[in-house]
Amino acid sequence: MAKVTVDGITVEVPDGSNVLQAAEAAGIEIPRFCYHERLSVAGNCRMCLVEIEKAPPKPFSSCSYPVADGMVVHTDTPMVRAARRGVMEFLLINHPLDCPICDQGGECDLQDQAMGYGGDASRFHEAKRARSDIDFGPLVRGVMTRCIQCTRCVRFAAEIAGVPEMGAYGRGEDTKIGTYVQKALTSELSGNLIDICPVGALTSRPYAFVARSWELNKTDSVDVLDAVGAAIRVDSRGPEVLRVLPRVNEDVNEEWLADKSRFSVDGLKRRRLDSCWVRREGRLEKATWPEAFEAIAAKLSGLAGERIGAVAGNLADAESMYALKALLASLGSANLDCRQDWAGGDVSRRDYYTFNTSIAGIEEADALLIVGANPRHEAPLINARIRKRWLRGGFPVAVVGAARDLTYPAETIGDGPEALRALLGGEGFAATLKAAKKPMIIVGQSALARTDGAAILAACWNLAAETGMLTPEWHGFNVLQTAAARVGALDLGFLPGPGGKGMAEMLGGGVDVMWLLGADEFNTAMIGASTFVVYQGSHGDRGAARADVILPGAAYTEKNGTYVNTEGRVQRGQLAVYPPGEAREDWKVLRAFSAYLEKPLPFDTLEALRGKMEAEYPTFARRDILPRFGCPDATAPAAAVEMGVRPFGEWFATYYQTDPISRASPTMAECVTAHAPVAAQAAE
Amino acid sequence: MLSDRDRIFTNLHGHGDVGLAGARARGDWADTAAILARGHDALVEEVKASGLRGRGGAGFPTGLKWSFMPKQEGPKPHYLLVNADESEPGTCKDRDIIRHDPHKLIEGCLLASFAMRAHAAYVYMRGEFYNEAQVFQRAIDEAYAAGLIGENACGSGWKFDLYLHRGAGAYICGEETAQIESLEGKKGMPRLKPPFPAACGLWGCPTTVNNVESIAVTPTILRRGAAWFSALGRPKNSGTKVFCISGHVNNPCTVEEEMGIPLKDLIEKHAGGVRGGWDNLLAVIPGGASTPVLPRSICETALMDFDGMREVKSALGSGAVIVMDRSTDLIEAIARISRFFKHESCGQCTPCREGTGWMMRVMDRLVAGRAEPEEIDTLEQVTRQIEGRTICALGDAAAWPVQGLIRHFRPEIEARIAAYKARSGGATQMAAE
Repeated sequence: MAKVTVDGITVEVPDGSNVLQAAEAAGIEIPRFCYHERLSVAGNCRMCLVEIEKAPPKPFSSCSYPVADGMVVHTDTPMVRAARRGVMEFLLINHPLDCPICDQGGECDLQDQAMGYGGDASRFHEAKRARSDIDFGPLVRGVMTRCIQCTRCVRFAAEIAGVPEMGAYGRGEDTKIGTYVQKALTSELSGNLIDICPVGALTSRPYAFVARSWELNKTDSVDVLDAVGAAIRVDSRGPEVLRVLPRVNEDVNEEWLADKSRFSVDGLKRRRLDSCWVRREGRLEKATWPEAFEAIAAKLSGLAGERIGAVAGNLADAESMYALKALLASLGSANLDCRQDWAGGDVSRRDYYTFNTSIAGIEEADALLIVGANPRHEAPLINARIRKRWLRGGFPVAVVGAARDLTYPAETIGDGPEALRALLGGEGFAATLKAAKKPMIIVGQSALARTDGAAILAACWNLAAETGMLTPEWHGFNVLQTAAARVGALDLGFLPGPGGKGMAEMLGGGVDVMWLLGADEFNTAMIGASTFVVYQGSHGDRGAARADVILPGAAYTEKNGTYVNTEGRVQRGQLAVYPPGEAREDWKVLRAFSAYLEKPLPFDTLEALRGKMEAEYPTFARRDILPRFGCPDATAPAAAVEMGVRPFGEWFATYYQTDPISRASPTMAECVTAHAPVAAQAAE
Repeated sequence: MLSDRDRIFTNLHGHGDVGLAGARARGDWADTAAILARGHDALVEEVKASGLRGRGGAGFPTGLKWSFMPKQEGPKPHYLLVNADESEPGTCKDRDIIRHDPHKLIEGCLLASFAMRAHAAYVYMRGEFYNEAQVFQRAIDEAYAAGLIGENACGSGWKFDLYLHRGAGAYICGEETAQIESLEGKKGMPRLKPPFPAACGLWGCPTTVNNVESIAVTPTILRRGAAWFSALGRPKNSGTKVFCISGHVNNPCTVEEEMGIPLKDLIEKHAGGVRGGWDNLLAVIPGGASTPVLPRSICETALMDFDGMREVKSALGSGAVIVMDRSTDLIEAIARISRFFKHESCGQCTPCREGTGWMMRVMDRLVAGRAEPEEIDTLEQVTRQIEGRTICALGDAAAWPVQGLIRHFRPEIEARIAAYKARSGGATQMAAE
């Protein structure tokens, strides 16, 4: 620790800190553009200059100057003020000052710091520099005349995203930031460039000219477009969600957000179900709530409980799943399933289906085996965490599955169960895992969602046990879920009850009434022709197309809901805007329908529902915090089947369209086109 | 005047044999093994005692710089990097050393590397020096063939390899950390200091970067002793220095002289005097394009060493004396220098990137007089906003010539503006308006 005095305030900071961090510890603001605490230090903007006693009498850049014990720093001397004013003037002489038409206006570091540290008039009488705009693809808009060459974007692309596709070329005042060749960034984290750009050079393309930051209502929430549960802020104006930004959550997403989570928002306005529909003589017709309830009730009347089933979708909140389960119970049915993809495997213990190491825990691990998962597409933020760990060195990574670019080198040691058998025999990478102190394994859905999934889960667990991943102090076994609702549903036991039917049995006429709670990720043609389908959800997707009655529900930005991420972290999303038209929050719909059936569910408010849910399932009572735990009991999950030989495939056909919201999003559709293989364009 | 006895570069003008035989005849490589036998630290101490200050321009004591290197060989190898990227306009001293006395440099590389426990040295040579690179590579090959360097350099048991690397023509690659970046294969951009190269330099290993002349004089210093070297020149400015005199003189030349020689002597005695006589002198840039210009009145008495030049608010720099007579449009000359620095700024730091272009544009207008008198003050302030605010010294180098011009020739600039106003009827056109 080093004692540093900044403007008379003495603080102790760890050795190796820089002066800027010491000043922050002392509560003193130092203006900066190029410095970003999660990126390497560039020291090129020269805005953070300070004066240091007993050093040469010139200002030093505080971001790059290491602290020393007893150092005395001044941040508010005439020299420092003059230096800041000078740098500010230089930054502004070639800046277009087009704030009135710039999307960054109102949330721009350059604006703020010019107000705080700059002069009040220009002395620059020459022509300003201009730059041609750069096409960064459908997500990021590059207005490069505004660029101040801080190189944050270059460093982000190279360090965090792991796609060294950006650079500063040219020199002197002709320095340009760009992608060398005109192309969209091949990163699932490219939207973060918008956040780290301190000026309006990189802004959101879909959000261009849409709104001003001060017009927006800001609601803290959590993301549901993958199972990471990133902390987000939903910015809305009136009834519209205009954009989604990340919030800081060091344990989950740090301050990053994946592109799908950020840019799918325009899907919240399209293909929405905003009123009830009832199929009459083969055609869906608009209906009122009583008419829709009447149609369902008529179908249910006299039906045995075992002929009724329910499937929970990938975006469902825990409250509505709890209500649906209760509704089915009141109808005498135990036919429940949340695994549209037939993800097999024993889920009798929570650590059989969660990411037990925790996302932050990845940074402690020292060897990694990925089985049947593509974290880059299935959880880009977890992939970024793995890359962050890899950058520190001493982190061998091996993959069982298709060979792909994960942004860090990974040895492909096989493409299917055969490789697992070899590892269980102690071959190859198993030795590396055994030698590691904190090895971990990540098992993905393309390994589990198959007929022999249960056996693969058990094999992976056995491998974990054999290679020392399961100790009372360290839990290195991880299942990478891809559905935001899945862990919550499993926690709630949204699974076939005693004698109940699962997904496979319900299809093909196994039930007469099938209630789909936002379930769109399966082939609806497999539902029996005579089965009466109730679709409750937000988007007119696959499930709604097959439905006999459609009940319009709320999307994740339109309800207060609880979600459990792949780690098992219970988090709450908040209502930012109201559901469109006749659509209602899903638990309310279920509660209203139960009343219509004169079998009212035992709660009238969300608080009452949550109270009951938390009493019944105590995991839901511990929100946001996730205690780390080891694995005292290494009993393997049960498996009634044998491992096959079929290789693990790709779980998502495309990263950009994986759920009803992203499929409805024109921006995501553009991304699919932009990132289509080049061969598709060859004919042109 | 430096006596021939004290001259180090006895073949500076290339009249003798450049090859190994000629070099041996001039005393190079004589008993190098005995010098090596004195041990690493003894050599460093000797150079320290000689008072040799870096000949690249900054004048940092060479022996002190060497002593910053780790005293033990650790897991990381040590490197010597010899800066032969001589790009300062007006400077051609290293070029003459390389092409006419290459063995002095090679021997210096061996001794300096040995002193700093480096087994490898790189010579980073300016890309335009094609012929010089040929000569130097031949000399390296000769030295290898003669066993002077290589597995067992001079039979001392010390393994030493010397590599020649040619740059691609960027002024900024003469800055030590930019040179390291460039040698590593990256874009030549100065690094942040600390860490200094002696701790973390080439490929993250302890590295010392020295100018060609600094290294080339060390064999003679070690051979003749620190006392001899430090007796030359003035205190803290000891030894000899190679000066290059160019511009409006009758006999432009490169010449080795004692430090502290009066500027007037240098011009009159070695360069054949100013074209048209001393009274025809307008100004002198004493140490390469980046040093502030001096008017004739100061040139009368100025002494050519680090402290002598500092007293007159200029700098010795690389010792490249650029003489300008009264036919020179000095404003245009400085504007040309501003254009050079604008072109050569790497673009990393804000003040240099933006400021060099600003200065150049104002200077271009001042050449025509198309400006307001108060803009001279603005320009002066702009130079102060660049100076000392950047990672490397290129910002300073760009600011000083303009400062020198304003300091000594402000009336000329004002007269130019007034003349333009008179011609154009009082209207000043601003470019942006």
